[in-house]
Amino acid sequence: MNHPHIEKAPGKQEYNITVYTENQIGLLNRIAIIFTRRKINIDSLNTSPSEIESIHRFNIVITETEDVVRKLARQIEKQVEVLKVYYNSNEDVIWQELALYKVPTDIIADKVSVERLLRENGARAVVIRKDYTVFETTGHREETDNLIKVLQPFGLIEFVRSARVAIIKDSDGFNRKLREFEQAEPGEDVIENEYLNLREKVFTV
Amino acid sequence: MEIAEKELTNVTETKEAVEVSGSVALLEALIAEGTDTIFGYPGGAIMPIYDALYDYNDKLKHILVRHEQGGIHAGQGYARSSGKVGVVFATSGPGATNLVTGLADAQIDSTPLVCITGQVFAHLLGTDAFQETDVINITTPVTKWNYQVTDATEIPEAIAKAFHIAKTGRPGPVLIDITKNAQIQKFAFEGYEPCNHIRSYRPRPIVRKKYIEEAAELINKAKKPFIIWGQGVLLGSAEQEFKAFVEKSGIPSAWTILGAGAIPSDHPLNVGMLGMHGNYGPNVLTNDCDVLIAIGMRFDDRVTGRLDKYAKQAQVIHLDIDPAEIDKNVKSKVPVWGDCKETLPLLTELVERKQHTEWLATFRDYERQEVEAVIEAEINPQSGEMTMGEVINQLNQLTNGDAIIVTDVGQHQMVACRYAKFNNTRSNITSGGLGTMGFALPAAIGAKFGAQDKTVVAVIGDGGFQMTIQELGTIMQSGIDVKILILNNHFLGMVRQWQELFNERRYSFVDIQSPNFVTVASGYGIPGRSISDRSDLPGALKEMLETKGSFLLEVSVTKENNVFPMVPQGCSVSEIRLR
Repeated sequence: MNHPHIEKAPGKQEYNITVYTENQIGLLNRIAIIFTRRKINIDSLNTSPSEIESIHRFNIVITETEDVVRKLARQIEKQVEVLKVYYNSNEDVIWQELALYKVPTDIIADKVSVERLLRENGARAVVIRKDYTVFETTGHREETDNLIKVLQPFGLIEFVRSARVAIIKDSDGFNRKLREFEQAEPGEDVIENEYLNLREKVFTV
Repeated sequence: MEIAEKELTNVTETKEAVEVSGSVALLEALIAEGTDTIFGYPGGAIMPIYDALYDYNDKLKHILVRHEQGGIHAGQGYARSSGKVGVVFATSGPGATNLVTGLADAQIDSTPLVCITGQVFAHLLGTDAFQETDVINITTPVTKWNYQVTDATEIPEAIAKAFHIAKTGRPGPVLIDITKNAQIQKFAFEGYEPCNHIRSYRPRPIVRKKYIEEAAELINKAKKPFIIWGQGVLLGSAEQEFKAFVEKSGIPSAWTILGAGAIPSDHPLNVGMLGMHGNYGPNVLTNDCDVLIAIGMRFDDRVTGRLDKYAKQAQVIHLDIDPAEIDKNVKSKVPVWGDCKETLPLLTELVERKQHTEWLATFRDYERQEVEAVIEAEINPQSGEMTMGEVINQLNQLTNGDAIIVTDVGQHQMVACRYAKFNNTRSNITSGGLGTMGFALPAAIGAKFGAQDKTVVAVIGDGGFQMTIQELGTIMQSGIDVKILILNNHFLGMVRQWQELFNERRYSFVDIQSPNFVTVASGYGIPGRSISDRSDLPGALKEMLETKGSFLLEVSVTKENNVFPMVPQGCSVSEIRLR
C-alpha cells in the first residue's frame, strides 16, 4: 500500500539481528510479535538449528534506525528462552541469500550459452532433466535478482529465494562459547504433541 | 477418579516415586511452592484438576469467583498485598479468554501470577473441539512466559519453572495450559523439585560497580537532585534499603502510583506523586532538577508527559532490574542495571550524607501553592456537594493510613492515590499501566486474602463497579471482609472531564445510570448505606469500618468535579495546570 505521508525516517538502514535461542515451540511467535506489535515489517527471517544441538539461531533483517533496533534487541533478549541477541549493520556481516531457478531445458539449451550464463552469474546447475533444469546461485539480493532478469526471457518457470543468512565479522569464538555453554548446561528436549496421530486410540471422557 | 490420599503424604519428602495423576502432581507442586489460596472457576476441560482439588480442601483454599476476570484480578490483589505469587484456575476456551484482561494488567504492572488453564485432550488440539481455543498464542503477548503441557510427566517441571519465572527478575504473569489427558494421566511422581535456574534466563543482572561509582559521583556533586521511584522498590522488597538511601542522601523523593507506600506518605523527604494528576512540585521540578534518580520505574507516558520536554536539563541515573527499560523512553547518563535491593545499599554506601534544605523548601513552596489552589477546596469543602477528596480525607482520619486501599480506574483512582495516606508498603493496589476498570472489587477480595490482618477498602467509581459487580457473589460466598466505598458522581467521570476540557463539553455517552447499589448489595447479603449529605459522612465511614464483615457505602459526590492538577496530554510536566 502506498502511504505518501509516511516518509522513510532518516537514519534507517538494514540491520541484521542474530538471535540464539532454546529450541522451544512458540518462541518464533514470541519473537515475531515484538516486531508486529510495533508495526515493523520483517524483511527476511531465517531460523535453523545452530552448530550446537538444542540451540537455534535466528537471522532477522529489518530496515530501521539503530535506536529502534537496539530497543527491539533488548525486548527480544528479555524473552525467557532467548540466550543472546546481536544486531549488526550490513557492513558488519558477511551475508548471502540462496536462490533456485527452474527453466525449460529445451529453450535454455537451445538459446543460451549455458556455460557463460553460469560463469557470469556464479550459478550452477543442480538438476538437469529433459523437461526442466534447476539453477542455483547465492549472493546478495542484486545478484540473485540479476539472474531472474537474465532467465526471464527464456521461460522462467519457478523462482524461489531463501531468507538471508549472515555471519558476523567480529564474532570471535562464538562456536567455542556456545559449545562450552552447552557442555556446562545441556539443553532440554522439546516435547511435542505425540497424541495427534493416535486420535481415537487415546481415551476420551 | 481414584485418588489414593494416603499414598500422597510426604510425597515431597520421601522422594519415592508415587503413581499419581497429573492433577494431583499439579496440586502437590502448588503446595510445595507455598500456595495457600487459589482463585478459580471450574469447567469441562479442567474438571480432573477440580476433582483432585476436592481432596485438598484442607491445604488449598479455593475461592470460587463469579467470572474468570474476577478470578485473575483477585489473584493480582492477592499477589500485590502479600508479595507472593497469585494462583488462578480457569477452564479452556471462554474461561481462558476471560483471563486475558487480567494477564495484560499483570504483565504491564509486573505482578507475579501462575494461571492454570484446562485444555481439550491433546489429540483434539487444532480440531476446533468444544471449548478449544489457542490459549498459548492468544496469551503470548500478555504473559512473561507460557507453556502447554500435553503429558502429565511434564507437570512438575512446568510448574516449577512457572513459579521461578513469575517471581524472579521483573515479575510477571505465567500461564500453563494443561490438556485434559495430562490431567488424568497417571505417572510415577518422584517428588517436587523447585526450579532456581533456567540457562537462557538471567533474572538478576550482574551489578557493575563502575556504574554505582559514577552514579554516586553524580549524586554527590548535584545541587538539585531528585529521586523518582516506582513499584520496583516494592517488588524487590527493598523498602528499607530505599529509605536508608533517601535519608542519607537527603534527596526529595516522589513516587509513581505503583510505588506509593515504599516510604510513608508523611516522611519528610516524600514530596508526593508524579504524573498527569500528580502533585505540582514534583512535576514542575522534574524540569528543574540537575540529577534525576529513577528507581524501579519505567517512565510511563502518564508520568513523563511530553517526552522531548521531559527533564532535558537533568542527568538521569536509572536503576532498574529490566535492561529493556534502560534508555527505552528516557536516555540515561548512568544506567544501573540490577535488583535495587542489591544496588541501593551499594549506592548508599558511596553517597555523602546531606541535607538539601533549600531545594526541599522549593518543593514545599509548590506544595503550599497546590494546597491553596486545589487541595484545600478538594479535601475540606465548606459548602456544596461532597467531593471525592473529602471522603478520602475523612477515611484517612479513621484508618490512620494503615488500611490497604484498592482502587479502580478513573477520577476516584487519581483522587484516592493523591489523598489517601499510606503508612505501609503494599497498601496502594491499583491498575496502573493497563487502567482496567472493574479491577478494584475482585482485586480487593484477593488483597484481603493476601493480608488478612489488614483493613481493605475498595474505592470504586459508579462505572467501574458495574464492570465486575458480579464479584459481590464471591464476597457473599467466601465471607471475606471487604469494605466497598463507591464514589458516585453519576458520570464516567474521567472521560467526562476530558470531554469538558478538550471536547467542548460534548458529553458523549458518559452519563451512566446505576442501579440502587445498596439494594444490589443487600441481595447478596452485604449490608450497605447510601449518603449524600456531608453531615452523614464521618458516621457512615465509621459504620463501614466498624461493621463486622463486608459493607458497601455509596457516597454521592459532586457530579462535574475535575481532578487537578493536570498535565494535559501532549504537554510537558512543567506545563501542569492547577485549574
